[in-house]
Amino acid sequence: MEPVVHLHSTVALLGRFPALAGVDLDVDPGEIVLLRGPNGAGKTTVLRLCAGLVAPTRGEAVVLGVDLTVDRRSIRPLVGMMGHATGLYDDLTVAENVRFWARAGGADPADAGAAMDRVELAARVRSLPVERLSAGQRRRASLAAMLVRRPRLWLLDEPHAGLDAAARDLVDSLVTEASSVGATVLFASHELDRAEAVATRTVTISGGMVVGDSAAHLSAPVLEATHGA
Amino acid sequence: MVHDALIIAGKDLRLEARSRVALNQVLPFVLAVVLLFGFALDADTALLRRATSGLFWVTVLFSAVIMVQRSFAIERQDGVTDALRLSSLSPGGIFLGKVVSLFCQLIVVEVVLGLCVVVFYDVTLSGGALLAVVSVVATLGIAAAGSLYGPLAAGLRNRDTLLPLLLLPVLAPILLGASRAFETALGRGVGGGWQWAAMLGIFAAVYLALGVAVWGTLLEET
Repeated sequence: MEPVVHLHSTVALLGRFPALAGVDLDVDPGEIVLLRGPNGAGKTTVLRLCAGLVAPTRGEAVVLGVDLTVDRRSIRPLVGMMGHATGLYDDLTVAENVRFWARAGGADPADAGAAMDRVELAARVRSLPVERLSAGQRRRASLAAMLVRRPRLWLLDEPHAGLDAAARDLVDSLVTEASSVGATVLFASHELDRAEAVATRTVTISGGMVVGDSAAHLSAPVLEATHGA
Repeated sequence: MVHDALIIAGKDLRLEARSRVALNQVLPFVLAVVLLFGFALDADTALLRRATSGLFWVTVLFSAVIMVQRSFAIERQDGVTDALRLSSLSPGGIFLGKVVSLFCQLIVVEVVLGLCVVVFYDVTLSGGALLAVVSVVATLGIAAAGSLYGPLAAGLRNRDTLLPLLLLPVLAPILLGASRAFETALGRGVGGGWQWAAMLGIFAAVYLALGVAVWGTLLEET
């Protein structure tokens, strides 16, 4: 089976800083992979590289069959990314934002309502400008804008941050549901208990390299050896 | 590309309708400049009428700088630049959408400015066809050059002060050509209005082609 993500000895420089110093990672379709590691380890860079937003400097990087060393733009419409920023226009309403990103992603804007239903955004909230939303509502709106494009690869950077318990449960159920219909999920999180419960595999990154990998959970000795977790 | 341009232009015009930056900031600015020129030239309507063409286009250029800054500031909100990179929109389409949006907003400003000039400077409009054509091609050139330099400046640390420094020298040929053509249209020039209009058309075409060609790189690097 062709892996969705294939990184081999992948190096990525941010300026002169080697954010990734030789990553080896293969992810199969339907996997839910938790990227864990200390701040500055390279988790976000792996996600951005898989989205085509960071160029691989050396090594192999193939995502959804697209060789990122040759062409980074072709991969972008195929992935959905939710990072620390929401990617929403403050002066537009939630519904307008979701419809706009549907059109911009080549999806049907008529699906915007269904996407907002999935993230349980109340009707009243949908007609509010994004600037008037709480942080949690913004994250839900951002998630809806991602979902409406029906990405084959989900790249989530700290998806639980800033969310209340109900919203965190919602994120987890959406991730599980996506995996069950064939989408692949890579996500970075520091909330390990919750993240490891939903992940089918945990990959530990430190110093821009993969230092641990397991089918379900890393063993305690590996964690201690890598960053004293 | 046209489809992508319409998506971006529609979004930008909707954002403008919501934020009303042009209505609440640019139009009062235009009115203030018209009045200030009147005070500076001592309400001498003969002198004001002679200087109308230049004053009109200087005011349009200053308004354009404000609008270009606004147009690209909204694309730097909370991760929007990355979201645009991840979209299916072609960079050339995004560029053309920004041009269309700026063009529409600038035309509104020019209509209001034209009315102010007629009322306050006692200018009688003539040469309607030349005025209209020059307004369209000059505005297209301003919007195209502004959409090319806007993301360049938006990526810089001192973007608010650097954009005018980058953009105004580039727009100097438009100021020259549009002012001379307007003078001809208003009966105060020495002719050659249509030649100036053609020069403005070439300027607009060059910047439109340049923008479509290089905007992908600008989107990646800024």
